[in-house]
Amino acid sequence: MTAFLAKRILGMVPLLLGVSLLSFLLLQLSPGDPLSAQRGNPQIPDGLIRRIEAQYGFDRPVPEQYLRWLSRTLHGDLGYSFKYKRPVAAVLWERMGATLLLSLFSSLLSWFLAIPLGVWSALRRGGWPDRVVSVTAFVGMSLPSFFLALLLLYAASVLPELPLVGRIPIGGLVSPDFDQLGPVGRILDVLKHLLVPGLVLAVGGVAGLQRVARGSLLETLRQPYVVAARSRGLPGKSVLWRHAFRNAANPLITLLGFEFSALLSGAAFTEIITSWPGLGLVALEAVRAKDMFLVMATVLMGSFLLLVGNLLSDILHAWNDPRVKLS
Amino acid sequence: MSPAVAKLRGILAANRAARWSFAVLCTLYLLALLAPWVAPYAGDDESRGRSWAPPSSIHLRESDGSWHTPFVRSVSFTFDDDAQRVWTEDSSCRYPIVLFRGGHLFGLADALPTPGWSASGGGVAPSGRLYLLGADARGRDLLSRILLGSRVSLTIGVVGVAISTAIALLVGGIAGFAGGWIDGALMRLCEVVMLVPAFYLLMLLRAALPLDWDSRVVYLSIVLILSFLGWAGLARILRGMIRSLRQSDWILASRALGTHPWTILWRHALPQTFGFLAVQATLSIPGYIVAESGLSLLGLGIQDPQTSWGNLLEEAMSIAEIRLHPWSLLPGLFLFAAVLSWNLLGDALRDAFDPRGGAS
Repeated sequence: MTAFLAKRILGMVPLLLGVSLLSFLLLQLSPGDPLSAQRGNPQIPDGLIRRIEAQYGFDRPVPEQYLRWLSRTLHGDLGYSFKYKRPVAAVLWERMGATLLLSLFSSLLSWFLAIPLGVWSALRRGGWPDRVVSVTAFVGMSLPSFFLALLLLYAASVLPELPLVGRIPIGGLVSPDFDQLGPVGRILDVLKHLLVPGLVLAVGGVAGLQRVARGSLLETLRQPYVVAARSRGLPGKSVLWRHAFRNAANPLITLLGFEFSALLSGAAFTEIITSWPGLGLVALEAVRAKDMFLVMATVLMGSFLLLVGNLLSDILHAWNDPRVKLS
Repeated sequence: MSPAVAKLRGILAANRAARWSFAVLCTLYLLALLAPWVAPYAGDDESRGRSWAPPSSIHLRESDGSWHTPFVRSVSFTFDDDAQRVWTEDSSCRYPIVLFRGGHLFGLADALPTPGWSASGGGVAPSGRLYLLGADARGRDLLSRILLGSRVSLTIGVVGVAISTAIALLVGGIAGFAGGWIDGALMRLCEVVMLVPAFYLLMLLRAALPLDWDSRVVYLSIVLILSFLGWAGLARILRGMIRSLRQSDWILASRALGTHPWTILWRHALPQTFGFLAVQATLSIPGYIVAESGLSLLGLGIQDPQTSWGNLLEEAMSIAEIRLHPWSLLPGLFLFAAVLSWNLLGDALRDAFDPRGGAS
């Protein structure tokens, strides 16, 4: 296990280097630099801009710039965000929480909905529950997240004040009067704001997961060992959950790993449209402002999380399926 | 009839959902082809006095009770106490909707005065405008813009998939057939490209390519970006398929016959993957369509005088005002119809090519 982990983590290094090189080159290709906005400001003297340029090495040749960035990053200094006028690490740290909260909420919601639905429609294959669930899943899968977000925001804006909930907020993380609320009120306030973006992400997740769960379970239920277990008179529930489902869960575990990064990437559109202050919104603003160090850090973080997700799903695979060996 | 067409006919005959989605797609693509003729107005034909005009109500009955062919009224607005627009119809004349007018499929005929209406000023009658789906902020007809925008939204997926499939065939084919260090290097490249989360790669590539006002340049750069996102995964799968094919006896036989490796690859090995490629291409088109719309929605894709469905949805982004003009959400419905149809068609193709059923 330790050897396996060490090998996998070492294997991440060249991939992450490749990603950083790719993103650095793409950033260099794009016109403008992080100081474009400051250059246009007549109140900032040219000398100051040149000094900042020299300080961050923007006046050096590209390969040297990359190496300097790399050495600073390896020393734990992610650089300075010119857009937010704060260190990159602080910006990321602050926004990461919002993205993780949203991701956690929507993935819990989608897993709790998708797996029972998938099992249910597999067991009633061809019947009306299966058809209703399958059609709904198809619709959910085909609704672009940004369109669904707009639809839900529209619904929230025309809905009258609901009992208990009140008005559903349209965007943001907290209400303007957040500071005046008590601890319970604060939690409820954030939960209310989570409703629209969380639901948007969950719909996409449920649709995909449900289909995979259904397909995989159907495949497993056809296996001879399931038939054998049934014919020996084992109760149906035990065959389903202890024998069939455990094997059917393998593709779902693979998906769990992917979800880790999909949440980062897929949540971006939803975050932007519902003005959820997460990493996606930061990434968009950073790329627009050519805020180089911030872009590099977000891209690397996203890629790193994807690798961690894949590693996690491999470990889970081995735990769930004794045939899989970690090597 | 070629075998591919025969196969498609078989699939459509067997699957009702596939038949419907095929019909929807044919309609959408036909409308896109004929867009400048079907659309009642040009995409930039604006009418500032009718900003956010609601969908025109179509009347059959005049105010004196007589029946007519469908017609609309000219509309104008005043602001109420909450500074919101209140639209009123001008009953002094009617504008019949007629077919084949002014080089378009349909349009409005000249004003006909309402019988019994005493023309007050006797001046020029205000011109009428037909807004079947409402107007945007500059009084441009939403239906016309949706139809014209469909040209971008619907073609970008097909073109993008074609390009990324070509790259994947080349890279996957070479890697799978050559093996050795070439294989290793190409596969590491694929892994790096696949590793960057799609949204960030999209942003980075968009920043690197020119944000030009020339719509052809923008279209081309979006197609290139989307193809760059899509090729790596496909190349890896193709490489695996080619590698397993390479071990088969008939490839060995044609090698023994002295066939050039390039010929074996292009004439014998790759055609084996075409069924899989057809399914894969159909299933990935929706992703390209959605990605283009997303980019344009964020203002990073097709820009205003030009239209695409995503760019039209940008007007719905002002959430606080969307209540006042909900019809600006309509382009999303077209987007949804196209994506759903491609998904259903792709699913039917997959079932037909892979009888084990789509487990993943």
